[in-house]
Amino acid sequence: MAAEALVELENVHFSRGPHMVLAGVDMRISQGAIVSLMGASGGGKTTMLNLMAGTLAPQSGRIRVAGQDLQALDFEGVYRLRRRMGMLFQHSALFTDFSAFENVAFPLRRHFRLSESILRKLVLMKLEAVGLRGAAGLMPAELSGGMGRRVALARAVVMDPMLIFYDEPFTGLDPISVGIIATLIRRLNNALGATSILVSHDVQETFSIADYGYILAGGKIIAEGSPAALRASDSELARQFLGGQPDGPVPFHYPAKDDYATALTGSVAAGEVI
Amino acid sequence: MAFLDFVPNLGRRVLLTIPNLGAATRFLLRSLVAVLNRHFSIQQLLKQVYGFGVRSLLLMMIAAFFTGMVLGFQGYYALVRFGATSALGTLVALSLLRELGPVLTALLFAGRAGSALTAEISSMKATEQLSAMEMMAVNPFAWVVAPRLWAGIIVVPILCVIFDLVGIFGGYLISVPVLGVDGGTFWAQMQSNVTFSGDILTGLFKALCFGLVVTWIAAWQGYAAQPTAEGVGNATTRSVVTASLAVLGLDFILTALLFT
Repeated sequence: MAAEALVELENVHFSRGPHMVLAGVDMRISQGAIVSLMGASGGGKTTMLNLMAGTLAPQSGRIRVAGQDLQALDFEGVYRLRRRMGMLFQHSALFTDFSAFENVAFPLRRHFRLSESILRKLVLMKLEAVGLRGAAGLMPAELSGGMGRRVALARAVVMDPMLIFYDEPFTGLDPISVGIIATLIRRLNNALGATSILVSHDVQETFSIADYGYILAGGKIIAEGSPAALRASDSELARQFLGGQPDGPVPFHYPAKDDYATALTGSVAAGEVI
Repeated sequence: MAFLDFVPNLGRRVLLTIPNLGAATRFLLRSLVAVLNRHFSIQQLLKQVYGFGVRSLLLMMIAAFFTGMVLGFQGYYALVRFGATSALGTLVALSLLRELGPVLTALLFAGRAGSALTAEISSMKATEQLSAMEMMAVNPFAWVVAPRLWAGIIVVPILCVIFDLVGIFGGYLISVPVLGVDGGTFWAQMQSNVTFSGDILTGLFKALCFGLVVTWIAAWQGYAAQPTAEGVGNATTRSVVTASLAVLGLDFILTALLFT
């Protein structure tokens, strides 16, 4: 990790109401890398992506992207920076009233005045890269889950971003689509010279393409390193997570009172611990 | 005990409502100003004007036609006792222009276009389309909310004019051919008693205010909805109920203020 850092987090704290999501996170993501953020569901991974994209602001700490301090930027500044970022959403987030072609063309149309012929070339090149040039005219409702995700990926990279976020890119896809998306993430990252940040709990698939990984638990980073280093980690929590063990430092049971037998005969009121 | 709960519950509701009102107002201002943003597009505005206006047209015309015909019957029933059926044209026109036109247009608009608007924005939110837009550095206020809000402000007064015209025609059809009121008197009385600034403009001003309020409530309910299937449904119901009550309440205030 000697390359220059594209994204830096310094002692970032973030909470939603009384619930602490991130409790002092430090991170340094180098240019050109594919970095994975892993952790249990609800562990603040997506929040972290939103913080890096500037859609959320931390309560304290600093976030720098491409040398710019996000907290010091105004609204316009954040928007300018975002034109160099792309994001693949968990549920694709395609615009349902636009065709696949128009979905990919949307950011280009909004930000540049391009002639139709150039626009067509740029959009079809990206659709070709994800293997869906033939589906350009289809509406989102006509696409399968995996195809929709690939169109969304083409849309995320159509502006040739320096930084691409992937929010759970493998969730809900069949194994073939998972393989395709994983290959595309690697290939696009190299072709664009971009940096990719991947939020996922699909350990195998993520480790097959990631250069570096972070494991989040309890709002802190509990382990980081290359996939090989993480696998060899001596943190019990990291081992439980990577090995997919149901019980361990992260307990199987939600906190409950001890007396199981009494609880069985009673009734459950909202908000009550039984 | 119920009474003892009443006071703190009332207080809690008020405390919850005030920040909501503030957030809704900020939402309105941001959306109105977003017209100046570079991502605001006239094409989007026209598309919404078409969607709200042209697609509500038939509904409005049918409703107006029936309303006018009923006014013809009821007005005749009241006026014939005083031998004043010559004033029927005036009564139909004034009722429609000053009151029924703007109010019924706004209520129908809330049911027809407002509910669709809430459902559209809330499902865009639930499917992360609004977040995706923000990530593409396209301001969703400029691209999604502002065209819809301005379309509502533009469309409701126009629909109201059409409502008034069709309603008066419906009133004429009942009064003159069916009930035998003299056609010349019907129109002449209307012409001499209806004023442009006092009656027609007042009605249109009301329609303009209602258009703003209904679209604002519909857009805000959509934007503030819980991003779940249940949230979208609740928001749509709330949008129609709140907008309808707001129109009736605001109508009273405007009528009182503009009363001379």
